[in-house]
Amino acid sequence: MTFEETRGDRLAAEGRLPPERVALVDLLDRLLSGGVVVSGDIVLSIADIDLVRISVRALFMSIRESEPIRAYDPVRGHATRTDREPYEPGR
Amino acid sequence: MAADPGAGTYLYAVAAEEDSGREGALPQGVAGGEVRAIGRAGLVAYVSTVPLDQFGEEPLRRSMEDLDWLEETARAHHRVVEAVAREAAVVPVRLVTVYSGDEQVEALLEERCDDFARALARVAGRQEWGVKVYAAAGEEPAREEEGGKTPERPGTAYLKRRQEQIRGREEAWRRAGARAEDIHGALSSIAVASRRHRAQDPQLSGRPESMVLNGAYLVDRERGEEFARAVEELRGPGGDVQLTGPWAPYSFAVLDDEGDGGPRGGDLM
Repeated sequence: MTFEETRGDRLAAEGRLPPERVALVDLLDRLLSGGVVVSGDIVLSIADIDLVRISVRALFMSIRESEPIRAYDPVRGHATRTDREPYEPGR
Repeated sequence: MAADPGAGTYLYAVAAEEDSGREGALPQGVAGGEVRAIGRAGLVAYVSTVPLDQFGEEPLRRSMEDLDWLEETARAHHRVVEAVAREAAVVPVRLVTVYSGDEQVEALLEERCDDFARALARVAGRQEWGVKVYAAAGEEPAREEEGGKTPERPGTAYLKRRQEQIRGREEAWRRAGARAEDIHGALSSIAVASRRHRAQDPQLSGRPESMVLNGAYLVDRERGEEFARAVEELRGPGGDVQLTGPWAPYSFAVLDDEGDGGPRGGDLM
């Protein structure tokens, strides 16, 4: 892992990564919340949060389907606080 | 008004006419369309024709739920923006911006030419870099232990230990957050503008650690090396630090609000 990161960083420092090497999630950060939003006679423009949420949901679903077995347990992995213990020490 | 009522014009990016003496060398666009340049008011819009049975409003709502479609479209969009960005200052447009025809794009360039010119001036000679910082192992926010480890009859000692554990983790999580602030501050001082994207969920980043910083930095091209070096130096103890880029200035492509003249959002100079 360390090797890949170092190599990736070196490549990145030398010039642009080929588009197909860019991680989809990094790309979507930029394509769904960056880029100018222009009004006008538009059929559909992805304006902000709703569709970001939709696509993130699609990502979730796809990852769950394609990687049912992971060393890492997704239920515990959320960046949310779950202090609920069966034996809550009454605080 | 469009020549073909079943087709729309997909807009990728806008550049200044004087910068873009290229044509023919552009990659294929979304849905396999050929990318064309529309020139107007000193600007060039890069577009391709898309079928509305895929890119119309209703079909798009469904398509955006389809990860394969989304990935294919995002990568095609990115390839075009990258190709233009290699040669010219560019203002990328939000993914899936579809006009009913070329005339609408021409009208857009005419009406917003000053706004586009200002947006181009802000990103000219600059590149976007991404920096992601993760919490180190043990710096995760406090959370439930694996069920198997819970004793059947918890004693006071267990509860005390458990409380200390939670406090320790909270402390570590705060430390990770403070480190993210420091790194963001240091990198922002090299950048001309910075922006924090929402932290990627571990399920999306594919990494078990929590992300504490997902930053984007607009950096003068000649300071790119200095920026990468600064990232290198900021590694040290703590969670992993990842550099991505250089990107076209996606996170800093902003059109001024009509009439107000100043940059919007407060995160640009």
